[in-house]
Amino acid sequence: MTRLISVVATFVAAGCVVSCASAIPSKPRIEEAKPASGAAKNEPAKPLPSGLDPASNPDPFPSTYRALPSGPTAIINARILTPGAPEIARGVLVMNGGRIVAVGKDVGPPAGASIIDAHGRVITPGIIDPHSHLGVYPSPAVEAMSDGNELTDPNTAQVWAEHSVWPQDPGFARALAGGVTTLEILPGSGNLFGGRGVVLKNVSATTAQAMKFPGAPYDLKMACGENPKRVYGAKGRSPTTNMGNVAGYRAAWIAARDYQRKWDDYRAKIAKGEKADVPLRSLQMDTLSGVLRGEIRIQNHCYRADEMAQMIDISHEFGFHIAAFHHASESYKIADLLRREGICSVTWAEWWGFKMESYDGIEENVAILQRAGACATLSSDDADLVQHLNVEAALAMAAGNRAGLNITRPEALAWITLNPAKALGIDGQTGSLEVAKMADVVIWSADPFSVYAIPDQVFIDGALVWDAHDPGHQPKSDFMLGQPIVGGQR
Amino acid sequence: MAPVLVRHSLLGLASLGLALLGLALLGLIASPTMAENLAITNAHIYSMGIPGEIASGTIVVSDGRITAVGPSVRVPGGARIIDAHGGIVTPGLVATNTPLSTVEIAEGVEETNDNATASSTLSAAFDVQYAVNPNSVLIPIARLGGVTNAVVTPTISSRRDRKNMIFAGQTAVIHLGQGPDLLEKTHAGMVLVMGEEGARLAGGSRAAEFVLLTGLLDDVRSYSHGRANYDLGRSRSYGLSRQDLEALIPVVEGREPLMVSVHRAADIRQVLRLARDQKLRLILEGAEEGWTMASEIAAAHVPVLLNGFADLPQSFDMIGSTLENAARLNAAGVLIGIENPPIYEGGRTPRIDAGRAVAHGLPFEAALAAITINPARIWGVADRIGSIEPGKDADLVIWSGDPLEPLSAPTGVLIKGAEQPLRSRDLDLRDRYMHATDLPPAYR
Repeated sequence: MTRLISVVATFVAAGCVVSCASAIPSKPRIEEAKPASGAAKNEPAKPLPSGLDPASNPDPFPSTYRALPSGPTAIINARILTPGAPEIARGVLVMNGGRIVAVGKDVGPPAGASIIDAHGRVITPGIIDPHSHLGVYPSPAVEAMSDGNELTDPNTAQVWAEHSVWPQDPGFARALAGGVTTLEILPGSGNLFGGRGVVLKNVSATTAQAMKFPGAPYDLKMACGENPKRVYGAKGRSPTTNMGNVAGYRAAWIAARDYQRKWDDYRAKIAKGEKADVPLRSLQMDTLSGVLRGEIRIQNHCYRADEMAQMIDISHEFGFHIAAFHHASESYKIADLLRREGICSVTWAEWWGFKMESYDGIEENVAILQRAGACATLSSDDADLVQHLNVEAALAMAAGNRAGLNITRPEALAWITLNPAKALGIDGQTGSLEVAKMADVVIWSADPFSVYAIPDQVFIDGALVWDAHDPGHQPKSDFMLGQPIVGGQR
Repeated sequence: MAPVLVRHSLLGLASLGLALLGLALLGLIASPTMAENLAITNAHIYSMGIPGEIASGTIVVSDGRITAVGPSVRVPGGARIIDAHGGIVTPGLVATNTPLSTVEIAEGVEETNDNATASSTLSAAFDVQYAVNPNSVLIPIARLGGVTNAVVTPTISSRRDRKNMIFAGQTAVIHLGQGPDLLEKTHAGMVLVMGEEGARLAGGSRAAEFVLLTGLLDDVRSYSHGRANYDLGRSRSYGLSRQDLEALIPVVEGREPLMVSVHRAADIRQVLRLARDQKLRLILEGAEEGWTMASEIAAAHVPVLLNGFADLPQSFDMIGSTLENAARLNAAGVLIGIENPPIYEGGRTPRIDAGRAVAHGLPFEAALAAITINPARIWGVADRIGSIEPGKDADLVIWSGDPLEPLSAPTGVLIKGAEQPLRSRDLDLRDRYMHATDLPPAYR
């Protein structure tokens, strides 16, 4: 078995080296467009007009997120539950400057720190939902704001979910009350290429930019299976079948490689001082070539094991990596393959069977992946479930343990914290209670694997952003303001 | 060509039936333990009835019925004993407002969806009882969540395009034991949709729906008192078909409850007034803003079936949604049931939603009642279902822990005294893929 794995791994690595090679020189910077110093025989190439060079401004909608004010704070007498470490029955966590600066059993609160006595309550990292449509399919669910899926072409890699995010969605605050501190907002799954997703800090803000997780990689939503077939089949155009789906993916990656080649050729000529026609910039191809350069991560809606295996082959053919399969109802059938490929599964415990491709979903999916050594995460895909992901993790852990899989509490917690951070490429910054990470922390009223637990307090970057017992620390969207009946208040 | 195919398939069915009969005779088809005399001992009993909570007691079952329950009842000789080892025993849970057994795969496999009709001539008379499928693979999965009974409830078809068809049809109460006949009660209630959806059906205004509804109820009374004239063609024209009018007679006579899906406070108030004026037996469904007028609902003695998730302003009808709705209505004295969303939308069991209501202020026993005895009372089957009391069906669940907690699970499920197999299609899938062999999974 070990030998087989190493053979496959070698093959995969070789495949990537060969097909990734052409992408490597195309790490363009704007300086490269300037003439080389020795090329005096030609006119110096003028910089392209603003917006025509995809490399000139790779971050045109930059994050303006600033953490809310906070001072040094120590949470004492806390039961500390975090991925990758044994539980600490009674310990201290210290936050300062937005970061975790100390955590452990024998930590003393620093002088001058505000002290929060947890009285034996449980603290965990903030929950991360790697599959959400908050903001793009907001509440109220009215047509005027259902902006989550640009269903006009099977390939809309050019659209960005952040441009549809309505920051006033009341669902953000409800998710915060459920302990969710980071969200991946994705376009819908009606297209083969749905567009870019965006990672948000779950903070109240007036603009989407002010919610953007600083430095988080971009994602590209892809979709397998029934949804693209249904949407475009109904329009009488391709794809109408799974084989049509696959042909659509491959055609797009061919176009993306060609686009990269044109820009590479152009830059090479300019660097040599030669004349060259400027390729026409394509927002769609910018996103796809970002994937081929390894800068944009693939989040792939895909339910069935056989379809996931096909997608993996496509990734080898064109030289990119799939960060995660989403929904992934049948991941348990190919757990070893997913472990070898280093692909996360973003799935559910309780949602399955609502369509043919999810008919084989089982409660034990994440637990089986966990035991196989594959990256397993839960997600909501839903404005209600996002508020109760701790309960979803508990149900999944219980199902796994009934199957004899011996899932530990830190492992189950990782399904909604550290592992989604890995799927999104932000695990170096958040997802666990470790020194130097962002101080995204939840104080639970009781064991978070209990249905009776609610987050008493939630911190993002060390700042108190939710307090279940203090209306002054409960954000309320503009939409809810002035409504005569507001549910949280009698 | 077609008749030949039909004949072949009939022959096929007949031979399949014979084969199944043969297998059954050979004992090859899994069947639950037949109803027998048995006793559950050492049980922490939440009876949800007059016996109350019994910290350690015994339940005696004979011929599918509960014959005794208490802290010190005698176990009859010959009874099989199930030792609960101090575990909690509750009545079987009641999944209310579910399509269970009438929908197998909701999206993209419409041919398995029988809980709604887009017929342009059928509304109130639509009756889900005829679509109940005892062989649904979802039933064993619901049983694993501790559910022993379900209130199968029709909905409005999204494809319904004829206006004025505001009734979804009639509910049926089923048990989740072994088939073939799962029906406990038919015509258990009539379903009417109001709010934004009702307004759409009534031509674009909720005001139109109230006028329309009043007219239709008048039609039913007129028809009911003058069937002979109707048959002779001497009655005025009615807004519904004869079958729909017939189906609504028990509703206007107050014999069958009318469940109204309604959300905003203003609409709830209008519905309460209409039900009082028309002397209807009302059940409110949804009622997300019911908490703002809890005392009015309590004074009208109208029960409420709640969505245990709802706390978002998902529409302008639900600006006031809150997870405290259950606690506030209960505190005001309203009889509440907590619904079970479709099983394929996370609704394997209503117990977690009930637990969530506890996290938001509902007392534990009130939450347990909201998924056992209360829905049984609301749907008129409390004489047989919903509590552990002598004379009732032995629908019982033995739990590994607190029944509302996600870490707990049933360790035993009895329906009408028959111990149910704790197996399902998803456990079969789990076991097939958890244990690798040399052969492909299809051979496991």
